[in-house]
Amino acid sequence: MEKLIFEKSRTGRRAFAQSPGESEDINIPESFLRVDRPQLPEASELQVVRHFTRLSQMNFSIDTQFYPLGSCTMKYNPRACNALAMLPGFAGRHPLGPVSHGQGFLNCMFELQEMLKDVTGMQGVSLTPMAGAQGELAGISMICAYHDARGDHERNEIIVPDAAHGTNPATATMCGCDVRELPTGSDGDINIEALKAMVGPKTAGIMLTNPSTLGVFERRIIEVAKIVHGAGGLLYYDGANLNAIIGKVRPGDMGFDVIHMNLHKTFSTPHGGGGPGSGAIGVGDRLLPFMPIPVVAAATIDGKTTYDWLTEDDLPQSIGRLSGFMGNAGVLLRAYVYMRMVGREGMHRLAEYATLNANYLQVRLRDAGFELAFPDRRASHEFIITLKRDAKTFDLTAMDVAKALLDHNYHAPTTYFPLLVDECLLIEPTETESKETLDGFVAAMIAIATEAREKGVSFKEAPYKMPVRRLDDVKAARQLDLAYRPDKRL
Amino acid sequence: MSELPGDLIYTSEHEWLRREDDGSVTIGITDHAQTALGDLVYVEMPETGQTLERGGDMAVVESVKAASDVLAPIAASVVAVNEELADDPEKMNVDPYGAGWIVRLRPSDGVDETEFLTPDAYQSLIDAADG
Repeated sequence: MEKLIFEKSRTGRRAFAQSPGESEDINIPESFLRVDRPQLPEASELQVVRHFTRLSQMNFSIDTQFYPLGSCTMKYNPRACNALAMLPGFAGRHPLGPVSHGQGFLNCMFELQEMLKDVTGMQGVSLTPMAGAQGELAGISMICAYHDARGDHERNEIIVPDAAHGTNPATATMCGCDVRELPTGSDGDINIEALKAMVGPKTAGIMLTNPSTLGVFERRIIEVAKIVHGAGGLLYYDGANLNAIIGKVRPGDMGFDVIHMNLHKTFSTPHGGGGPGSGAIGVGDRLLPFMPIPVVAAATIDGKTTYDWLTEDDLPQSIGRLSGFMGNAGVLLRAYVYMRMVGREGMHRLAEYATLNANYLQVRLRDAGFELAFPDRRASHEFIITLKRDAKTFDLTAMDVAKALLDHNYHAPTTYFPLLVDECLLIEPTETESKETLDGFVAAMIAIATEAREKGVSFKEAPYKMPVRRLDDVKAARQLDLAYRPDKRL
Repeated sequence: MSELPGDLIYTSEHEWLRREDDGSVTIGITDHAQTALGDLVYVEMPETGQTLERGGDMAVVESVKAASDVLAPIAASVVAVNEELADDPEKMNVDPYGAGWIVRLRPSDGVDETEFLTPDAYQSLIDAADG
């Protein structure tokens, strides 16, 4: 186990390459200067290098391991995207610099908006939301603004399926709406009769993920759109699972009025551990005036195209700004390069290989004796197995399998989500994995199950080979210590 | 097989109710519910004296797996809340029908037992869900 850098600290030790240096020439009034030195670790440069190199080696990452984390789309992030996004002209650009100095960047952002419109079937795109949750907030805010602008003030109910990501009801609540929970049928599709009974003059809209979090495509989506639109509500598309349909079906064609896209998932920018993300939104005609600003616009005069920001003056009904500038510029650039590299043809193959890989894994695991949550349905880009029987018979839970997989050098799939399925693992291989990798994962799953089922091996203590063993998540939650310091150790 | 005391009445939302001699009603979550939720780490309680609508929010229990709303099974006012759960939410895991009780309510309009499930009916419900 690697000690904290603070525990290696010795007073007076310095790494000169990282030393900020001392300056006598500080132009800050005395009253604002701190008296005590900040509690920073003091270590030599070599200690620092070794410490962080070792930490990086302990890390599970897409660069080192298969990472089938359902709903997270942990695909490979091509190095070329990084290299191009870090060109000095991009990296050195100041967000407050004059528009005339950033025409190249704005050109890229304009083209990104246009490509996203094309691939989702929407009429307008704003890149400004900083992450998926902010994209959701923008989307529902626009739906509320739309109803308000029409004087339709009674519409304050947002319908959310019971299988939805927790962010959906949270977003609706943050926007001041009441959440109506829609039940799911045993085949994984939402209950249409329940939806018909639920819509009415108070319906502001519905939030749907399609394919849903259950890993199946909502087959009656056109009918759903008719019912919701017929009642005067709008349809929100949660883009979490966009990777399953990208280049194949467009949310705009299914009848959705607004969509958020997780560019960091579908368009392959590094993510995990809380960021950075990008929750770009796309809208249909009805919501165009309400888009968050800024949006990039192009104007061609005498054959010369220039780019500019649209602001409050251009979109007076906009829901406003969500960040100081326009989202995470570096993430947007990487997504732009990725889309240009993949191209129109490649975009079709993304979803094909993502779903092919998921269906291959699903069938192989089913044949190996794992129970599928929806055995009659084809997988989308992800699927669910349930360890319900193994948990009852062999005390082998979804969490045990997840932890045991770490010892086989595979990142765990998503566990215990969605909540509708007991003892579930949500598995998403993505399109960037080879058949050999998928076969290796299946072999690890079979090995774990066989040891538990036939030899009575318990995995309650797994993982055994990792730098840290099974963590006590109950204690972590009950005795959370966000200000741990070695010298204040209990 | 989860434990199911015979002297309680149950809801399809996995809550139990016990009618006390003073007319109040004590409420908690069932053994089946605590097993499904897993280790409980936090509980959010209503205020004593607060008025609750039937089917409205009453408490929130949070486990290592999920956070779940506990809805008020009857229209009532809150007489007492189990303060000990704040420090020891695992009491709901260890003793769901005893020390793990959540609230005691004074019903606004009495309790119609026919609207709730008998132990047998509740048992059938969870058997059906287990498939």
